[in-house]
Amino acid sequence: MIAIFDYGSGNLRSAQRAFELAHSQVVVTSDPKICSEADGLVVPGVGAFAACMDQLISVGGREIIAQRVAKERPIFGICVGAQVLFETSSEKKKSLGLGVLPGSVELIAAPLLPHMGWNNISAESGSKLFEGVENELFYFVHSYAAKNKVPGAINTTCEYGEEFIAAVEMDNVVATQFHPEKSGDAGAKLISNWVKSL
Amino acid sequence: MTLAKRVIPCLDVAGGRVVKGVNFKDLVDAGDPVELAKKYGAEGADELTFLDISASVEERATTLEIVRKTAEQVFIPLTVGGGIRSAENVNELLRAGADKVSINTAALARPQLINEISDRFGNQVLVLSVDARRADTKSGFEVTTHGGRESAGVDALAWIEEGISRGVGEILLNSMDADGTKAGFDLEMLRRVRDICSVPVIASGGAGRTSDFTEAVAAGADAVLAASVFHFGEIKISQVKKELAKAGFPIRP
Repeated sequence: MIAIFDYGSGNLRSAQRAFELAHSQVVVTSDPKICSEADGLVVPGVGAFAACMDQLISVGGREIIAQRVAKERPIFGICVGAQVLFETSSEKKKSLGLGVLPGSVELIAAPLLPHMGWNNISAESGSKLFEGVENELFYFVHSYAAKNKVPGAINTTCEYGEEFIAAVEMDNVVATQFHPEKSGDAGAKLISNWVKSL
Repeated sequence: MTLAKRVIPCLDVAGGRVVKGVNFKDLVDAGDPVELAKKYGAEGADELTFLDISASVEERATTLEIVRKTAEQVFIPLTVGGGIRSAENVNELLRAGADKVSINTAALARPQLINEISDRFGNQVLVLSVDARRADTKSGFEVTTHGGRESAGVDALAWIEEGISRGVGEILLNSMDADGTKAGFDLEMLRRVRDICSVPVIASGGAGRTSDFTEAVAAGADAVLAASVFHFGEIKISQVKKELAKAGFPIRP
Protein backbone atom coordinates (compact mmCIF):
# COMPACT_ATOMS: atom_id res chain seq x y z
CA MET A 1 0.00 0.00 0.00
CA ILE A 2 1.08 3.56 -0.75
CA ALA A 3 0.00 6.29 1.66
CA ILE A 4 -0.20 9.92 0.57
CA PHE A 5 0.34 11.97 3.69
CA ASP A 6 -2.65 14.31 4.12
CA TYR A 7 -1.48 16.95 6.55
CA GLY A 8 -3.55 19.75 5.05
CA SER A 9 -1.26 20.82 2.27
CA GLY A 10 -2.72 21.49 -1.15
CA ASN A 11 -3.83 19.39 -4.06
CA LEU A 12 -3.70 15.69 -3.16
CA ARG A 13 -6.22 14.40 -5.68
CA SER A 14 -3.83 14.60 -8.62
CA ALA A 15 -1.11 12.90 -6.60
CA GLN A 16 -3.48 10.14 -5.58
CA ARG A 17 -4.60 9.50 -9.16
CA ALA A 18 -1.07 9.64 -10.53
CA PHE A 19 0.16 7.04 -8.03
CA GLU A 20 -2.95 4.91 -8.64
CA LEU A 21 -1.86 4.53 -12.26
CA ALA A 22 1.21 2.66 -10.97
CA HIS A 23 -0.18 0.92 -7.87
CA SER A 24 -3.53 -0.67 -7.08
CA GLN A 25 -3.72 0.50 -3.49
CA VAL A 26 -3.23 4.19 -2.73
CA VAL A 27 -4.75 5.97 0.24
CA VAL A 28 -4.79 9.64 1.20
CA THR A 29 -4.53 9.74 4.97
CA SER A 30 -3.04 11.29 8.07
CA ASP A 31 -3.52 8.13 10.14
CA PRO A 32 -0.17 7.61 11.92
CA LYS A 33 -0.35 3.81 11.81
CA ILE A 34 -1.07 3.67 8.07
CA CYS A 35 1.55 6.36 7.32
CA SER A 36 4.14 4.49 9.38
CA GLU A 37 3.51 1.06 7.94
CA ALA A 38 2.64 1.68 4.29
CA ASP A 39 5.09 0.21 1.74
CA GLY A 40 5.69 3.74 0.52
CA LEU A 41 4.87 7.15 2.01
CA VAL A 42 4.41 10.14 -0.29
CA VAL A 43 4.97 13.52 1.38
CA PRO A 44 3.41 16.24 -0.78
CA GLY A 45 3.66 19.94 -0.02
CA VAL A 46 2.53 23.27 -1.41
CA GLY A 47 3.03 26.79 -0.12
CA ALA A 48 5.47 28.18 2.39
CA PHE A 49 8.12 25.96 4.02
CA ALA A 50 7.43 27.00 7.62
CA ALA A 51 3.66 26.59 7.25
CA CYS A 52 4.14 23.11 5.79
CA MET A 53 6.49 22.14 8.65
CA ASP A 54 3.99 23.38 11.24
CA GLN A 55 1.17 21.40 9.66
CA LEU A 56 3.34 18.31 9.30
CA ILE A 57 4.43 18.45 12.93
CA SER A 58 0.85 18.98 14.14
CA VAL A 59 -0.18 15.56 12.80
CA GLY A 60 2.91 13.76 14.10
CA GLY A 61 4.78 13.87 10.81
CA ARG A 62 8.20 14.34 12.37
CA GLU A 63 7.96 11.07 14.32
CA ILE A 64 6.34 9.14 11.46
CA ILE A 65 9.07 10.16 9.03
CA ALA A 66 11.91 9.60 11.53
CA GLN A 67 10.60 6.10 12.24
CA ARG A 68 10.30 5.26 8.58
CA VAL A 69 13.88 6.40 7.97
CA ALA A 70 15.10 4.28 10.91
CA LYS A 71 13.21 1.24 9.65
CA GLU A 72 14.39 1.82 6.05
CA ARG A 73 10.88 2.25 4.74
CA PRO A 74 10.58 4.23 1.50
CA ILE A 75 9.61 7.91 1.49
CA PHE A 76 8.94 10.12 -1.54
CA GLY A 77 8.89 13.88 -0.91
CA ILE A 78 7.47 16.19 -3.56
CA CYS A 79 8.14 19.95 -3.93
CA VAL A 80 7.86 21.53 -0.45
CA GLY A 81 7.39 17.94 0.77
CA ALA A 82 10.91 17.35 -0.58
CA GLN A 83 12.27 20.59 0.89
CA VAL A 84 11.13 19.79 4.43
CA LEU A 85 13.34 16.68 4.37
CA PHE A 86 16.41 18.96 4.41
CA GLU A 87 17.89 20.59 7.52
CA THR A 88 16.85 24.21 7.10
CA SER A 89 15.16 26.71 4.80
CA SER A 90 15.79 30.43 4.48
CA GLU A 91 12.28 31.12 3.15
CA LYS A 92 10.93 34.24 4.95
CA LYS A 93 12.88 33.50 8.14
CA LYS A 94 15.30 30.66 8.83
CA SER A 95 13.24 27.55 9.62
CA LEU A 96 14.21 24.08 10.67
CA GLY A 97 13.32 21.11 8.49
CA LEU A 98 13.30 17.42 9.36
CA GLY A 99 16.99 16.92 8.68
CA VAL A 100 16.59 13.61 6.89
CA LEU A 101 18.80 15.00 4.12
CA PRO A 102 21.79 17.27 4.77
CA GLY A 103 21.73 20.82 3.46
CA SER A 104 19.62 23.92 3.29
CA VAL A 105 16.90 25.23 1.01
CA GLU A 106 17.67 28.68 -0.40
CA LEU A 107 16.24 31.25 -2.81
CA ILE A 108 17.22 30.51 -6.41
CA ALA A 109 19.34 33.24 -8.01
CA ALA A 110 17.28 33.89 -11.14
CA PRO A 111 15.86 37.11 -12.58
CA LEU A 112 12.35 35.72 -12.89
CA LEU A 113 10.69 33.83 -10.04
CA PRO A 114 8.85 31.58 -9.38
CA HIS A 115 10.67 29.05 -11.58
CA MET A 116 7.45 27.98 -13.25
CA GLY A 117 7.07 25.46 -16.04
CA TRP A 118 8.76 22.53 -17.76
CA ASN A 119 12.51 22.20 -17.53
CA ASN A 120 14.95 19.45 -18.32
CA ILE A 121 17.13 17.80 -15.76
CA SER A 122 20.54 16.20 -15.64
CA ALA A 123 20.19 12.79 -14.04
CA GLU A 124 23.26 11.30 -12.37
CA SER A 125 24.19 7.95 -13.86
CA GLY A 126 22.88 5.04 -11.86
CA SER A 127 19.59 6.74 -11.10
CA LYS A 128 16.77 4.24 -10.86
CA LEU A 129 14.16 6.97 -10.52
CA PHE A 130 14.96 8.52 -13.90
CA GLU A 131 15.43 5.25 -15.80
CA GLY A 132 13.92 5.82 -19.24
CA VAL A 133 13.12 9.49 -18.60
CA GLU A 134 16.63 10.92 -18.36
CA ASN A 135 15.99 13.25 -21.27
CA GLU A 136 12.45 14.35 -20.47
CA LEU A 137 11.18 17.65 -19.06
CA PHE A 138 9.42 17.90 -15.69
CA TYR A 139 7.06 20.49 -14.23
CA PHE A 140 8.53 22.84 -11.63
CA VAL A 141 6.86 25.60 -9.63
CA HIS A 142 8.99 27.03 -6.81
CA SER A 143 11.34 29.85 -5.86
CA TYR A 144 13.49 27.99 -3.32
CA ALA A 145 15.60 24.85 -3.70
CA ALA A 146 18.47 22.89 -2.18
CA LYS A 147 21.65 23.73 -4.00
CA ASN A 148 24.33 21.46 -2.60
CA LYS A 149 24.56 17.86 -3.71
CA VAL A 150 23.83 15.33 -0.99
CA PRO A 151 27.03 13.33 -0.38
CA GLY A 152 26.67 9.62 -1.05
CA ALA A 153 23.33 10.05 -2.79
CA ILE A 154 22.31 10.13 -6.44
CA ASN A 155 21.79 13.80 -7.24
CA THR A 156 19.85 15.02 -10.25
CA THR A 157 20.21 18.69 -11.05
CA CYS A 158 18.31 21.37 -12.94
CA GLU A 159 19.47 24.75 -14.10
CA TYR A 160 17.48 27.97 -13.84
CA GLY A 161 19.61 31.00 -13.15
CA GLU A 162 21.92 28.61 -11.33
CA GLU A 163 22.23 24.90 -10.74
CA PHE A 164 20.05 23.38 -8.02
CA ILE A 165 18.94 19.95 -6.86
CA ALA A 166 15.97 18.64 -8.87
CA ALA A 167 15.95 15.20 -7.23
CA VAL A 168 17.80 13.17 -4.63
CA GLU A 169 17.84 9.40 -4.19
CA MET A 170 19.42 8.39 -0.90
CA ASP A 171 18.87 4.91 0.49
CA ASN A 172 15.10 4.70 0.94
CA VAL A 173 14.46 8.41 0.63
CA VAL A 174 13.53 9.97 -2.69
CA ALA A 175 12.81 13.67 -3.11
CA THR A 176 11.86 15.68 -6.19
CA GLN A 177 11.66 19.46 -6.37
CA PHE A 178 9.40 19.14 -9.43
CA HIS A 179 5.89 17.69 -9.48
CA PRO A 180 5.95 14.20 -11.04
CA GLU A 181 2.17 14.01 -10.67
CA LYS A 182 1.89 17.06 -12.93
CA SER A 183 4.61 16.05 -15.38
CA GLY A 184 2.51 14.10 -17.88
CA ASP A 185 3.85 10.82 -19.23
CA ALA A 186 7.40 11.47 -18.00
CA GLY A 187 6.11 11.95 -14.47
CA ALA A 188 3.99 8.81 -14.69
CA LYS A 189 7.04 6.79 -15.74
CA LEU A 190 9.11 8.21 -12.87
CA ILE A 191 6.37 7.36 -10.37
CA SER A 192 6.15 3.85 -11.79
CA ASN A 193 9.95 3.49 -11.41
CA TRP A 194 9.62 4.36 -7.73
CA VAL A 195 6.65 2.05 -7.19
CA LYS A 196 8.58 -0.84 -8.77
CA SER A 197 11.43 -0.25 -6.32
CA LEU A 198 9.19 -0.70 -3.26
CA MET B 1 19.07 23.44 -20.30
CA THR B 2 16.40 26.09 -20.38
CA LEU B 3 12.89 26.57 -19.11
CA ALA B 4 10.43 25.77 -21.91
CA LYS B 5 7.98 28.36 -23.21
CA ARG B 6 4.50 27.15 -22.35
CA VAL B 7 1.50 26.79 -24.66
CA ILE B 8 -1.77 26.97 -22.75
CA PRO B 9 -5.26 26.34 -24.10
CA CYS B 10 -7.92 28.28 -22.19
CA LEU B 11 -11.35 26.83 -21.73
CA ASP B 12 -14.05 29.38 -20.99
CA VAL B 13 -16.65 27.44 -19.06
CA ALA B 14 -20.31 28.34 -18.50
CA GLY B 15 -23.08 26.03 -17.38
CA GLY B 16 -20.71 23.06 -17.41
CA ARG B 17 -19.77 23.54 -21.09
CA VAL B 18 -16.88 25.19 -22.89
CA VAL B 19 -18.04 28.33 -24.70
CA LYS B 20 -16.37 30.93 -26.88
CA GLY B 21 -17.41 34.29 -28.30
CA VAL B 22 -15.84 37.48 -29.64
CA ASN B 23 -15.09 39.96 -26.85
CA PHE B 24 -17.08 37.76 -24.45
CA LYS B 25 -20.26 38.16 -26.57
CA ASP B 26 -22.22 35.78 -28.86
CA LEU B 27 -21.13 32.65 -27.03
CA VAL B 28 -20.91 29.42 -29.03
CA ASP B 29 -20.78 25.93 -27.52
CA ALA B 30 -17.29 24.47 -27.97
CA GLY B 31 -17.63 21.15 -26.14
CA ASP B 32 -17.30 19.22 -22.89
CA PRO B 33 -14.54 20.64 -20.66
CA VAL B 34 -13.19 17.34 -19.37
CA GLU B 35 -13.06 15.80 -22.85
CA LEU B 36 -11.38 18.90 -24.28
CA ALA B 37 -8.89 18.94 -21.39
CA LYS B 38 -7.97 15.31 -22.11
CA LYS B 39 -7.59 16.03 -25.81
CA TYR B 40 -5.29 18.99 -25.12
CA GLY B 41 -3.28 17.00 -22.61
CA ALA B 42 -2.71 14.33 -25.24
CA GLU B 43 -1.79 16.96 -27.85
CA GLY B 44 0.99 18.37 -25.68
CA ALA B 45 -0.56 21.32 -23.85
CA ASP B 46 1.87 22.45 -21.13
CA GLU B 47 -0.90 23.63 -18.80
CA LEU B 48 -4.65 24.11 -18.91
CA THR B 49 -6.70 27.09 -17.84
CA PHE B 50 -10.40 26.97 -16.97
CA LEU B 51 -12.19 30.28 -16.76
CA ASP B 52 -15.64 30.07 -15.21
CA ILE B 53 -17.20 33.00 -17.06
CA SER B 54 -20.62 32.61 -15.50
CA ALA B 55 -19.13 32.42 -12.01
CA SER B 56 -22.49 32.56 -10.32
CA VAL B 57 -22.88 31.08 -6.88
CA GLU B 58 -25.03 28.18 -8.14
CA GLU B 59 -22.47 27.25 -10.77
CA ARG B 60 -19.54 27.02 -8.36
CA ALA B 61 -20.45 23.42 -7.58
CA THR B 62 -20.47 22.60 -11.31
CA THR B 63 -17.03 24.14 -11.71
CA LEU B 64 -15.61 22.22 -8.75
CA GLU B 65 -16.94 19.00 -10.26
CA ILE B 66 -15.32 19.77 -13.63
CA VAL B 67 -12.02 20.54 -11.87
CA ARG B 68 -12.25 17.27 -9.93
CA LYS B 69 -12.90 15.18 -13.03
CA THR B 70 -10.18 16.93 -15.02
CA ALA B 71 -7.53 16.59 -12.30
CA GLU B 72 -8.26 12.87 -12.14
CA GLN B 73 -7.62 12.36 -15.82
CA VAL B 74 -5.12 14.97 -16.99
CA PHE B 75 -1.66 15.07 -15.42
CA ILE B 76 -0.56 18.57 -16.29
CA PRO B 77 -1.05 21.76 -14.25
CA LEU B 78 -4.51 23.24 -14.11
CA THR B 79 -5.34 26.90 -13.42
CA VAL B 80 -8.89 27.90 -12.55
CA GLY B 81 -10.32 31.41 -12.58
CA GLY B 82 -13.67 33.14 -12.32
CA GLY B 83 -15.68 34.24 -9.33
CA ILE B 84 -12.94 33.76 -6.70
CA ARG B 85 -13.68 36.14 -3.84
CA SER B 86 -11.95 34.65 -0.82
CA ALA B 87 -9.05 32.49 0.32
CA GLU B 88 -11.65 29.87 1.17
CA ASN B 89 -12.78 29.76 -2.51
CA VAL B 90 -9.12 29.12 -3.37
CA ASN B 91 -8.87 26.34 -0.81
CA GLU B 92 -11.92 24.60 -2.34
CA LEU B 93 -10.45 24.77 -5.82
CA LEU B 94 -7.01 23.55 -4.73
CA ARG B 95 -8.55 20.65 -2.84
CA ALA B 96 -10.67 19.80 -5.89
CA GLY B 97 -7.48 19.48 -7.93
CA ALA B 98 -6.54 22.93 -9.22
CA ASP B 99 -2.84 23.83 -9.04
CA LYS B 100 -3.24 27.56 -9.51
CA VAL B 101 -6.06 30.07 -9.40
CA SER B 102 -6.46 33.31 -11.29
CA ILE B 103 -8.17 36.33 -9.82
CA ASN B 104 -9.33 39.50 -11.48
CA THR B 105 -12.42 41.53 -10.47
CA ALA B 106 -12.36 40.63 -6.79
CA ALA B 107 -8.73 41.74 -6.50
CA LEU B 108 -9.55 45.09 -8.08
CA ALA B 109 -12.40 45.56 -5.64
CA ARG B 110 -10.27 44.53 -2.68
CA PRO B 111 -6.50 44.30 -3.38
CA GLN B 112 -5.85 42.86 0.11
CA LEU B 113 -7.35 39.60 -1.22
CA ILE B 114 -4.04 39.05 -3.06
CA ASN B 115 -2.11 39.16 0.24
CA GLU B 116 -4.61 36.86 1.92
CA ILE B 117 -4.34 34.17 -0.76
CA SER B 118 -0.59 34.50 -1.20
CA ASP B 119 0.14 34.42 2.54
CA ARG B 120 -1.89 31.25 2.97
CA PHE B 121 -1.00 29.25 -0.16
CA GLY B 122 2.17 30.88 -1.51
CA ASN B 123 2.56 33.17 -4.51
CA GLN B 124 3.07 30.24 -6.88
CA VAL B 125 -0.66 29.41 -6.78
CA LEU B 126 -1.80 32.91 -7.66
CA VAL B 127 -2.21 34.32 -11.16
CA LEU B 128 -3.35 37.92 -11.56
CA SER B 129 -5.55 38.12 -14.63
CA VAL B 130 -5.43 41.60 -16.12
CA ASP B 131 -7.91 42.57 -18.86
CA ALA B 132 -6.15 45.60 -20.30
CA ARG B 133 -6.76 47.98 -23.19
CA ARG B 134 -5.19 51.10 -24.64
CA ALA B 135 -6.33 54.26 -22.90
CA ASP B 136 -5.29 57.73 -21.89
CA THR B 137 -3.59 56.74 -18.64
CA LYS B 138 -0.01 57.16 -17.39
CA SER B 139 1.27 54.01 -19.09
CA GLY B 140 -1.15 54.21 -22.01
CA PHE B 141 -2.97 51.07 -20.83
CA GLU B 142 -5.83 50.70 -18.40
CA VAL B 143 -7.52 47.83 -16.63
CA THR B 144 -11.08 46.94 -17.65
CA THR B 145 -13.83 44.94 -15.97
CA HIS B 146 -16.95 43.14 -17.17
CA GLY B 147 -15.19 41.48 -20.08
CA GLY B 148 -13.65 44.71 -21.33
CA ARG B 149 -16.86 46.71 -21.33
CA GLU B 150 -16.03 49.02 -18.44
CA SER B 151 -12.97 50.88 -17.25
CA ALA B 152 -11.73 49.97 -13.79
CA GLY B 153 -10.18 53.42 -13.52
CA VAL B 154 -6.75 51.91 -12.85
CA ASP B 155 -3.53 52.11 -14.85
CA ALA B 156 -2.61 48.62 -16.08
CA LEU B 157 1.12 48.75 -15.42
CA ALA B 158 0.68 50.31 -11.99
CA TRP B 159 -1.84 47.59 -11.12
CA ILE B 160 0.53 44.83 -12.21
CA GLU B 161 3.31 46.28 -10.05
CA GLU B 162 0.96 46.48 -7.10
CA GLY B 163 -0.20 42.91 -7.67
CA ILE B 164 3.38 41.61 -7.66
CA SER B 165 4.25 43.53 -4.51
CA ARG B 166 1.16 42.09 -2.82
CA GLY B 167 2.13 38.56 -3.80
CA VAL B 168 0.93 37.30 -7.18
CA GLY B 169 3.23 34.74 -8.79
CA GLU B 170 2.26 35.20 -12.41
CA ILE B 171 0.49 37.68 -14.70
CA LEU B 172 -2.12 36.66 -17.26
CA LEU B 173 -2.14 39.65 -19.60
CA ASN B 174 -5.26 39.72 -21.73
CA SER B 175 -5.55 42.40 -24.39
CA MET B 176 -9.18 43.44 -24.60
CA ASP B 177 -8.46 45.34 -27.81
CA ALA B 178 -7.12 42.21 -29.47
CA ASP B 179 -9.33 39.56 -27.82
CA GLY B 180 -11.31 37.60 -30.38
CA THR B 181 -9.96 39.60 -33.35
CA LYS B 182 -7.37 36.99 -34.42
CA ALA B 183 -5.15 39.92 -35.45
CA GLY B 184 -2.26 38.94 -33.17
CA PHE B 185 -1.27 39.67 -29.58
CA ASP B 186 -0.72 43.27 -28.46
CA LEU B 187 3.07 43.10 -28.64
CA GLU B 188 3.72 46.62 -27.47
CA MET B 189 1.71 46.07 -24.31
CA LEU B 190 3.49 42.77 -23.77
CA ARG B 191 6.94 44.39 -24.03
CA ARG B 192 5.95 47.15 -21.63
CA VAL B 193 4.66 44.66 -19.07
CA ARG B 194 7.69 42.38 -19.48
CA ASP B 195 9.97 45.32 -18.70
CA ILE B 196 8.44 45.95 -15.28
CA CYS B 197 7.54 42.39 -14.34
CA SER B 198 9.61 40.11 -12.09
CA VAL B 199 7.22 37.15 -12.39
CA PRO B 200 6.26 35.07 -15.46
CA VAL B 201 3.86 36.65 -17.98
CA ILE B 202 1.25 34.75 -19.98
CA ALA B 203 0.15 36.52 -23.17
CA SER B 204 -3.51 36.24 -24.08
CA GLY B 205 -5.92 37.75 -26.57
CA GLY B 206 -5.70 38.00 -30.32
CA ALA B 207 -4.06 34.78 -31.50
CA GLY B 208 -5.07 34.01 -35.08
CA ARG B 209 -2.02 32.54 -36.79
CA THR B 210 0.76 30.23 -35.65
CA SER B 211 3.29 33.03 -36.09
CA ASP B 212 1.38 35.22 -33.61
CA PHE B 213 2.49 32.94 -30.77
CA THR B 214 6.14 33.11 -31.78
CA GLU B 215 5.96 36.90 -31.95
CA ALA B 216 4.46 37.04 -28.46
CA VAL B 217 7.29 34.90 -27.06
CA ALA B 218 9.85 37.04 -28.91
CA ALA B 219 8.23 40.09 -27.25
CA GLY B 220 8.88 38.52 -23.85
CA ALA B 221 5.97 36.20 -23.03
CA ASP B 222 6.91 33.20 -20.88
CA ALA B 223 3.72 31.45 -21.95
CA VAL B 224 1.05 31.94 -24.59
CA LEU B 225 -2.63 31.30 -24.09
CA ALA B 226 -5.48 30.99 -26.57
CA ALA B 227 -8.98 29.61 -26.71
CA SER B 228 -11.00 29.60 -29.93
CA VAL B 229 -8.19 28.89 -32.41
CA PHE B 230 -7.52 25.69 -30.49
CA HIS B 231 -11.15 24.73 -29.82
CA PHE B 232 -12.24 25.07 -33.42
CA GLY B 233 -9.17 23.22 -34.69
CA GLU B 234 -7.78 26.18 -36.63
CA ILE B 235 -4.37 25.81 -35.01
CA LYS B 236 -2.89 22.76 -33.32
CA ILE B 237 -0.77 23.03 -30.18
CA SER B 238 1.90 20.96 -31.92
CA GLN B 239 2.05 23.52 -34.77
CA VAL B 240 2.62 26.34 -32.28
CA LYS B 241 5.42 24.40 -30.61
CA LYS B 242 7.02 23.47 -33.90
CA GLU B 243 7.09 27.10 -34.94
CA LEU B 244 8.49 28.17 -31.57
CA ALA B 245 11.23 25.55 -31.83
CA LYS B 246 12.04 26.67 -35.37
CA ALA B 247 12.46 30.22 -34.07
CA GLY B 248 14.96 28.90 -31.50
CA PHE B 249 12.79 28.96 -28.38
CA PRO B 250 12.91 26.06 -25.90
CA ILE B 251 9.74 23.97 -25.83
CA ARG B 252 8.58 20.68 -24.37
CA PRO B 253 8.41 18.39 -27.41
